[in-house]
Amino acid sequence: MQQNPSPSEPIVSLRDVKKSFGPLLVLDGVSFAVQRGEVLALIGRSGSGKSTALRCIDRFEKVDGGEIVVCGHRVDRPDVNLRALRQDVGIVFQSYNLFPHLTIEQNITLAPCAVKGVATAQAKDLARKVLAQVGLEEKLHAYPEQLSGGQQQRAAIARSLAMQPKVMLFDEVTSALDPELTAEVLRVIEQLAADGMTMVMVTHEMGFAKGIADRIVFMHRGKVHETGPASILTSPTTPELTQFVGTGNLKS
Amino acid sequence: MGGHLNINHLMFLGQGALWTVGLSVIALIGGGIVGFVIALARISPLKSVRIASAVYVQLIQGTPLLVILFLGYFGLAAIGLKVSPLAAAGASLTLYVAAYLGEIWRGCIQSVPKPQWEAAEGLALSRTQRMTKVILPQAIRIATPPTVGFMVQIIKNTSLASVVGFVELMRSGQIVNNSLFEPFAIYAIIAVTYFAMCYPLSLFSQKLEQRMGRGRSTLAPA
Repeated sequence: MQQNPSPSEPIVSLRDVKKSFGPLLVLDGVSFAVQRGEVLALIGRSGSGKSTALRCIDRFEKVDGGEIVVCGHRVDRPDVNLRALRQDVGIVFQSYNLFPHLTIEQNITLAPCAVKGVATAQAKDLARKVLAQVGLEEKLHAYPEQLSGGQQQRAAIARSLAMQPKVMLFDEVTSALDPELTAEVLRVIEQLAADGMTMVMVTHEMGFAKGIADRIVFMHRGKVHETGPASILTSPTTPELTQFVGTGNLKS
Repeated sequence: MGGHLNINHLMFLGQGALWTVGLSVIALIGGGIVGFVIALARISPLKSVRIASAVYVQLIQGTPLLVILFLGYFGLAAIGLKVSPLAAAGASLTLYVAAYLGEIWRGCIQSVPKPQWEAAEGLALSRTQRMTKVILPQAIRIATPPTVGFMVQIIKNTSLASVVGFVELMRSGQIVNNSLFEPFAIYAIIAVTYFAMCYPLSLFSQKLEQRMGRGRSTLAPA
């Protein structure tokens, strides 16, 4: 089930993925691949299937057809080792989802200690390191409710990083934040990209997608409608993408 | 018949009150343990386990406690199992309390926002780890006020154990009344004693709920 991917193999690949919620066909034969170190932005209208596609990568949704390979795991198969998959994949959500009963440090050390068996002292060092990465060292002992939305989201990113994932998924991570807090979260993601992290992000921040993404996948009605380098946002070839970027604000 | 209410009668009632407390504690501990298993079974990934536990809850909730007590005491005797009133009352109340606490706690576990489960899943925690380290600590906070509130029901319902001859507060009152025949005075004493046991718990439950209300933001998903 799990082969060691050769360096040339993509970290994430979807081939002809289909997914329905009841009678509603959400993914209608979606294919794309993400190479090591690549940043891929999934864009599209609400309901176009981009979030579902992202969630399928971490198997929060089971697909009805097609093939998904993530870090060598055959995610579409029922016998996929979910815990192994999720050690390789980090996911950050729109609503942060920090654990409210734990301090930021405990939020971060929980999974490394429980899943990987990292010693407590080592895990605490790790927590300091990842919090420094997101600029929140001083919040080590704070509880989530004491943090602003932007800080909570940065802490959630740090929590994911502590598991040292091979690929990070971002599901509209700035949609709940005002522009100022959005900027501080985006700076963290930019730094991750600069450090070479492989990332797939669903985003409505077109300016950000243009600045950071190596490749854009524009989804429309459950299909990959247009894909290409970030430049397709400024010179789209399909009328749908033209209309989509025309309605958004293309700040850089 | 004859005589007046004296210190010996009051001592006897006091002893009954202690057994009421004792039976309540047995019901709470036994029902708590079984109820916890029921709560987990109700949200099990296995459909058969979910159905079996749901059937149990429905059966118990649809049966008067009085009937459960009779079944426990006379039913077991009929099939040759002689059980003491304490054992019958303790077992019956345990089954009864488990059904209700199981449902209360299932609701509390499920009221922890779904994204919390997903976040824990995304971090590769096993189901047991998700439960013990992420969900239950949050569910316990939610569950405390209704659980304390339900304890009041348990205390009052132990009075039904008098029908199987278990001498708790109610039964001791009946016994004293049989010799004195002063029902109003005696049952007034009984009522006040129950109230004195239940009211502090009710107050405590209300206080907990108020505190929960203030701290609600800590339970929201974000």
